[in-house]
Formats: sequence, C-alpha cells, structure tokens
Amino acid sequence: MIPAAFDYHRPGTLDEAVKLLSSHGDKAKVLSGGMSLLPMLKLRLASFAHLVDIGRIPGLDYIKEEGGFLKIGAMTRQAALERSELVRTRYLILADAVPLIADPLVRNRGTLGGNVANGDPGNDQPAIMLALGATFVARGPKGERSVPAGQFYKGLYSTALAPNEILTEVRIPAPPPRSGGAYAKLKRKTGDFAVAAAAVQLTLDGKGAVERAAIALTNAGLTPVEAADAAKYLVGKKPDEKTIAEASRMAAAKSSPSADRRGSVEYKKEMARVLTARALLKAVQRAGGK
Amino acid sequence: MAKHKISVTVNGAAREAEVESRLLLVHLIREVFRMTGTHVGCDTSHCGACTVILDGNPVKSCTVLAVQADGSKITTVEGLEQAGKLHPVQEGFTEKHGLQCGFCTPGMLMTTSALLERNKNPSEQQIREAISGNLCRCTGYVNIVKAVQYAAEKMR
Repeated sequence: MIPAAFDYHRPGTLDEAVKLLSSHGDKAKVLSGGMSLLPMLKLRLASFAHLVDIGRIPGLDYIKEEGGFLKIGAMTRQAALERSELVRTRYLILADAVPLIADPLVRNRGTLGGNVANGDPGNDQPAIMLALGATFVARGPKGERSVPAGQFYKGLYSTALAPNEILTEVRIPAPPPRSGGAYAKLKRKTGDFAVAAAAVQLTLDGKGAVERAAIALTNAGLTPVEAADAAKYLVGKKPDEKTIAEASRMAAAKSSPSADRRGSVEYKKEMARVLTARALLKAVQRAGGK
Repeated sequence: MAKHKISVTVNGAAREAEVESRLLLVHLIREVFRMTGTHVGCDTSHCGACTVILDGNPVKSCTVLAVQADGSKITTVEGLEQAGKLHPVQEGFTEKHGLQCGFCTPGMLMTTSALLERNKNPSEQQIREAISGNLCRCTGYVNIVKAVQYAAEKMR
C-alpha cells in the first residue's frame, strides 16, 4: 500500500519545524517515529500534503531526572525507555507498559512523543501519563507552553496541540517515598492494542493508608479515561481486598468501550475491573504496603 | 511533489537514489536497488518479513519512508553472508530446519542476527521475545529458536 503523495520536510531545528507547520496549517503533520502515522497514511485513513519529520532535530532524545521530574524527550524511542535503568528501577508503571507496546521492531522506531501526542485512546502511554500526573511541553510560534496530561486529550485523535505546535518533552513528577505504580494490560497477541488496560500510581502514608492515588484506563472510550472517583474513594483507606475491589468496580463503571473484535462492551468493562484490581494490588505492593 | 536525492549505505556499499517522498524503504530496496531478499508480507507492520537493520536496529522497512533513511546504514539479508561464508544465523536456520516455506526467513534472520549482536547468550525466552514481531506460519517457532541457539553457540 502506497500513501497518497505528500511533500516531506526535514527541519534541522524546532523553530524551523514550527515555521513549516505554521505555513502549512492543518495540511501538515508532524512525523516522529511514524509507527502510527505511516500505517494510517498507507491505509489512506489519513492524508496530509506535508509531513514535517522531527526525527533529525537534535536534543529531543533523552531520559533524565532533573529538578524533581523525570524528563523524557519527545523523540525518545520506546526501545530506549525499555533499556533505561532509570525507568526500570524508578518508574515501574512505564517499565510494565513498554514491553507490551506493539513489538520489539516497532519499539525500535516508535517514540514516547508520538504515542502520547497522537490522541489514539488505544495507545498505552496516555493513560499512564494521566496516572503519573505528567505534563506535556509543547513548542509553538509563541514559544513554549505546558499542558497537564489531564487537559490534553479532547477527543478521538484530538488533543490540546494546535496544528503548529510540537510536543517536545514529557515531564513526570518524581514520585515521593512510599509510592508505587503499575500497568496491567490484556491483549490478544503481540502487537495488538489493549482489550482493556489500567494504569495506577499511588502513594501510601506512614500507616499504610492511601495518601493519594490516580487510576486511568486505556481503550475505554474516545480518550484515555481517568477514574477520579475511584482514586478519591481510596484516599484515606487501607488498600485491602475490599477497598481495592470497590475502587476497581468504580473505575470500570467509568469506562465506555465500544464492541469490536476484541470483545463486547460487557466483557471489556469486566476486564477493565479485573485489570484495575491487578494494577492496584501491584502498585500497593510496590509502594511497600501489603 | 519534489523528489529527494538520498544517499544510503546498503550492505557496505554507498548507493544513491532520487525518490518520491512516499516511497517506502522496502520498495527502495526491492524495486530501486533490485535486492529482492527483503520480502513484503502483510505490508501493515505486523509480520516482520520486511525487517532490515537500520543503523544497528532491526525495523520493519514497510513502515519507514525511504527518505527517512537518508544518510543511514542499512543491512539486508543479502549482506549477512561474508566472503562466501554464511552468517551463523543462516547456518543455524539450515542446520536446524528453521524454515519451511521461507517467506518470513529474511526478516527472522535480520532480527535474530541483530539480537545476537546485542546479546551473545540469549535465553529461550529472550529469543522468543526478540522474534515476537516476526510471524512464521510454518514452523511453530520451535526450530527457529533452535537455529538461533545454534548460531549463538557458533558465535561465542
């Protein structure tokens, strides 16, 4: 399958890239790893007159802790996240998720920036960023601005990014002590999107009760779904079998998946409940609770 | 639509081409360079038959634009054999019956040779994970795993 014809641009700097996007408006699209965009162009589900490849712009590929944040450059490949000692030891929610994204060959090309900026509710990292309370840094003609992940997703493939803005960095607050995170995903096979998946990040207080929590679901609606009520319910409570079961039930009630070959609505909601419970349990264990 | 002049190194040889933006890397390799060892399978970045090594990493060449590879080093299945001697993974696939119809084999060889560059002594689990983006409809993967283990031993 051949994509419809387009012009390809390879700017050397972010400013140049923003200028190109500004001059072509919604006829242009940012090309990062291309693992979602190129298949869509090939299937002719989308077409753009201009692709602006940010893959050669220096300084967009890094994973570092700085000023209380984990900062990840938008062009950081999934494979780099997978191999990162920092991610593997300190950000287990991401370490859980990355090996479950697509397959190893796709992860050699696909980027974190592309995964979160694409606005596909089937992508895994948006829900994780909601759970982590991440902020997305975007560069546009007027300079840089930050958008909390919670305000980023507007609809199916629709985000807070203007057509001439480029997501440049993902900023994740470093978790305080007694924190734990986990991602639980059910998929039919390697390379498939989630039937259902749950991202959990929580912090326990000195007595083992939940001090704060966030729960978000993948492929549970037109955008990643934050289950704020379920998370709020947990705060102040001991995360035992009973409270985890109730929070999972509340989270699943927030999901509104559609039926497809991955299953019926009922099945997907039930799986959202089961996976939320699993992620909660793992996150609690990782936070040092029981 | 303007064409782009690109330079790549394929199996150690410098090559140039003038390409349309939308030309896929796999078509550059097969149709422009006339190297047909790299196969087009599903054409939807699932099956991995089109796998080539791009600057050290195995990637699905049906989902990379030729123009994105400008300036890169590419290794295809034709580049595995050196001075008339098969690469250990090629020898392994022969010795251990790692193929039946052979359609997925070029991709399997590229992915597994890249694995062995990074990990000299992969476990069975690591081999299976490494080839999880390469589909084989014939072998059930058992002999592919054996072939890679054979190659790993050979390379140590």
